Amino acid sequence: MAVAVGRPSNEELRNLSLSGHVGFDSLPDQLVNKSTSQGFCFNILCVGETGIGKSTLMDTLFNTKFESDPATHNEPGVRLKARSYELQESNVRLKLTIVDTVGFGDQINKDDSYKPIVEYIDAQFEAYLQEELKIKRSLFNYHDTRIHACLYFIAPTGHSLKSLDLVTMKKLDSKVNIIPIIAKADTIAKNELHKFKSKIMSELVSNGVQIYQFPTDEETVAEINATMSVHLPFAVVGSTEEVKIGNKMAKARQYPWGVVQVENESHCDFVKLREMLIRVNMEDLREQTHARHYELYRRCKLEEMGFKDTDPDSKPFSLQETYEAKRNEFLGELQKKEEEMRQMFVMRVKEKEAELKEAEKELHEKFDLLKRTHQEEKKKVEDKKKELEDEVNNFQKKKAATQLLQSQAQQSGAQQTKKDKDKKNPWLCTE
Amino acid sequence: MDTLKESPSPCSSRHNSPRPAPCEMPATVGIEAVLDQLKIKAMKMGFEFNIMVVGQSGLGKSTMVNTLFKSKVWKSALPGPGVPTPQTLQLHSVSHVIEEKGLKLKLTVTDTPGFGDQINNDKCWEPILGYINEQYEQYLQEEILITRQRHIPDTRVHCCVYFVPPTGHCLRPLDIEFLQRLCQTVNVVPVIARADSLTIEEREAFRSRIQKDLKSHCIDVYPQKRFDEDPNDKILNSKIRERIPFAVVGADQEHVVNGRCVLGRKTNWGIIEVENMAHCEFPLLRDLLIRSHLQDLKDITHNIHYENYRVVRLNESHQLPRGPGWVNLAPVSLASTSAGQVTTSGPSKAHKRAQEEPKYEF
Repeated sequence: MAVAVGRPSNEELRNLSLSGHVGFDSLPDQLVNKSTSQGFCFNILCVGETGIGKSTLMDTLFNTKFESDPATHNEPGVRLKARSYELQESNVRLKLTIVDTVGFGDQINKDDSYKPIVEYIDAQFEAYLQEELKIKRSLFNYHDTRIHACLYFIAPTGHSLKSLDLVTMKKLDSKVNIIPIIAKADTIAKNELHKFKSKIMSELVSNGVQIYQFPTDEETVAEINATMSVHLPFAVVGSTEEVKIGNKMAKARQYPWGVVQVENESHCDFVKLREMLIRVNMEDLREQTHARHYELYRRCKLEEMGFKDTDPDSKPFSLQETYEAKRNEFLGELQKKEEEMRQMFVMRVKEKEAELKEAEKELHEKFDLLKRTHQEEKKKVEDKKKELEDEVNNFQKKKAATQLLQSQAQQSGAQQTKKDKDKKNPWLCTE
Repeated sequence: MDTLKESPSPCSSRHNSPRPAPCEMPATVGIEAVLDQLKIKAMKMGFEFNIMVVGQSGLGKSTMVNTLFKSKVWKSALPGPGVPTPQTLQLHSVSHVIEEKGLKLKLTVTDTPGFGDQINNDKCWEPILGYINEQYEQYLQEEILITRQRHIPDTRVHCCVYFVPPTGHCLRPLDIEFLQRLCQTVNVVPVIARADSLTIEEREAFRSRIQKDLKSHCIDVYPQKRFDEDPNDKILNSKIRERIPFAVVGADQEHVVNGRCVLGRKTNWGIIEVENMAHCEFPLLRDLLIRSHLQDLKDITHNIHYENYRVVRLNESHQLPRGPGWVNLAPVSLASTSAGQVTTSGPSKAHKRAQEEPKYEF
C-alpha cells in the first residue's frame, strides 16, 4: 500500500481569515491553569561574604521569616546550604529554594572560594541532564533545582569591586544569571553611591563579565526593563523590623540620625530589585536558565563525552551510533578488567597454596621432632621405673626377712613375760 | 516550615523530604505576576496544533474541519465527479496560521482520503500509524541533537478525530481494529458523522451501543480515564465521557433562520443548525477540542504518548517502523545486550568461577 504524504513547504503557510469566533483565544488561560495546578519552582543563589545581609534581604524580599541562625566566621571553606520553602499567594504556589554560600570570603586564602559554587551549579545541571537522558523519564513533574538567579552581594566599600568578586563573577557568568547588588547600601551616601555604581559597571564591562540583561524585546516589559537597567547594580537595604512612620508600619532600619525606609525608592533600590526579580522577569529568568545556560552545559558535557552532531564527512551522526560505539568500548573494558581480576585471583590463590604447603611441611617436621623427643623421654622414664622397681623389690625382700626375724624373737620373748606377769599380779589370783 | 539541607545534593534527595505547609503571606511580594509573564511569553511564541481526521470518504471530514475553524481550510471540500477516488491511502497535510485576538495558532490538518475505501482494507491503519510515529521520530531526533533549537517545531499529531459512519447499529470490525491500535499512540476522539440521518432516539441508542463496544474492547478514547489527576478533572471528564461519541453535523454554508445568520444544512424538511445543541452536538466537539482541552491534548501527547514512543524507541529500536534517520541497531544490539548481560553480573560471576577452580586444583 503506497503512502504518499503531500505537505506544502513552509513558505506556503498562509494566513487564514476566520469568519467567526472559533474560541482558541482561551489557550493562554488553559496553559496558565495547567501551570498553576502544577506550581512553579524558583531557585535563588545568594553569593556574598558572611554578615553582608543575605538572609535578611531574602526575608524582606519574600515577606517571611525564614528561620536560620547566622553563620560563624570560622568556616574552613565555602559551603553551600540550600533550603526549600513553599509559598502561596492567592492561587499561585511557588517552591522557592534559597541557596546560601556559607563562609564565602572568610578564609585567608580565597583562591578556591568559587569552586564549591561552580560545582553546585553544575551538579544541578547534571541532575537535570541525567533525568533528561533517562529512558523512562518524568520531566513534567521533575523538581527543578537549577539555579535561576544569582544575587551577588557587593560589599559597600564605596571604591570598587574586590578582586574576589571579579574572579567569582567571571567564573559564574556563563552558568547562571547574575544580578549584582550593593548590600547594606545605607552606609553609602548618595553622591558616593552614584560614583560607586558607575565604577562597578565599568569594571564589569572592562573585565568582560556578562551579567543578566533584562529583556527588552517585548513591548510590555521593554520600557520598565530599560529604565531599571540604568540603576544596576541595585543598592539595597534589608530589614525585617517594622518602624512606625507617619501612621503606618513600614519596614525600616532605625538609626539615631534617622530612619531608612526599605520600600522608599528615594532611600534604596529595594523596590526596584523586587520588581525586576519577581514581578517582571521571573519567567524570563527561568527561561534563560533553561534555554541558554543549561543548553550550554548540556552541549559541553555531551561533546566532552564524545558525542557529535556530524562526523568529519558531514554525514549526520546518530546519537545511537555513538552510544553503541561507546557501549561496546565499555563492554570491552569490562571484559578486560574481568580477565585481569581473574588472573590476579588465580595468582593469589597459587601463592597462598605455596605458602600453605610450606607451613604444612614445617608442621610435619616439628611433629617428627616432637615425636622423637617424646620417645626418648619415655624410654628414660621406663628405665628409671625399672630401676625403682628393682630397688623396691630388694627393699621388700629385706624388709620381709627382717620382719620374720623380729616376729620370731618377739614371740619367744612375749611368752616369757606373760608368765611372769601372771604371777606377780595379785588381782589375777584373787579373781 | 523550612527543610534544612546540606548541599551539594542532587534534587532526588529532596523528593523524600517532608513537604512544609505552604505559608500564606500578604499579597505584596508579587508572585502572582508570574502568571501574566507566562501568558505574555506564550502569546509571543504562538501555539501549534496538529489534528488528523480519519474516516471513509463522504463522511464529511473536510466540511467538519472547515466548520470547526470557521474558514476554508481545504480549498475544495467535495471531490468533483471527474476526480477518481484514490486507489491507495494517502495522507494529505495542510498548514495554516490563524489569528484570533492577537493569538497566533499554527494549525496543521492531516486528511486521510482513501481510508477504508478499498475492497480489502487489511492493515489500512499502518500508513497512519507510520505517519504518527514518523512525527514522533522527527521530534526525538531534534531533541537528542547536541546543539538544539530553542523551540523544537512540533509536528506531532495532538488529536485524531475518527468519523464513525451513522449505521445506527454498532461499531464495525474496521472501526474496532483501528481504534484499538490508535488509542495506544495518539489521542482519539470518535464522532458520529452525518448525524442528521439519525433521529434523537436512534442517536442515543447508537451512542450507548458504541460506548459498550468501546468498553468491551478496552479502547480508551480521549479523555482517557487513566490520566485523570485531580477530582475536578475527573468530574468534568466523566461528563464528557458520557457523551462520547458526539453526534456531529458539519456545514459551511450560511442560511438565515429567524433573522439570524447561522451555519447549517438546508433540506426540504427544515434547516439543521450546526451550532444548535438541540440539533447536533457540534458545539460540544468544538468546545472540547478548542476551547477547553486543547492544551490538555498537547500535554498528554507530549508527556505520555511521546514518552512511550521514546522509551520503546530507545530500548528496542529494531522493531519500530522506520523513519528518517533510523539506524539499524538490531544485530549489534542483540550481541552486545547478551554480552552486556553477562558482563554486568561479571564481577560476581568471575569470583564464583575463580573460587571453584582452586577446588579442582587441590
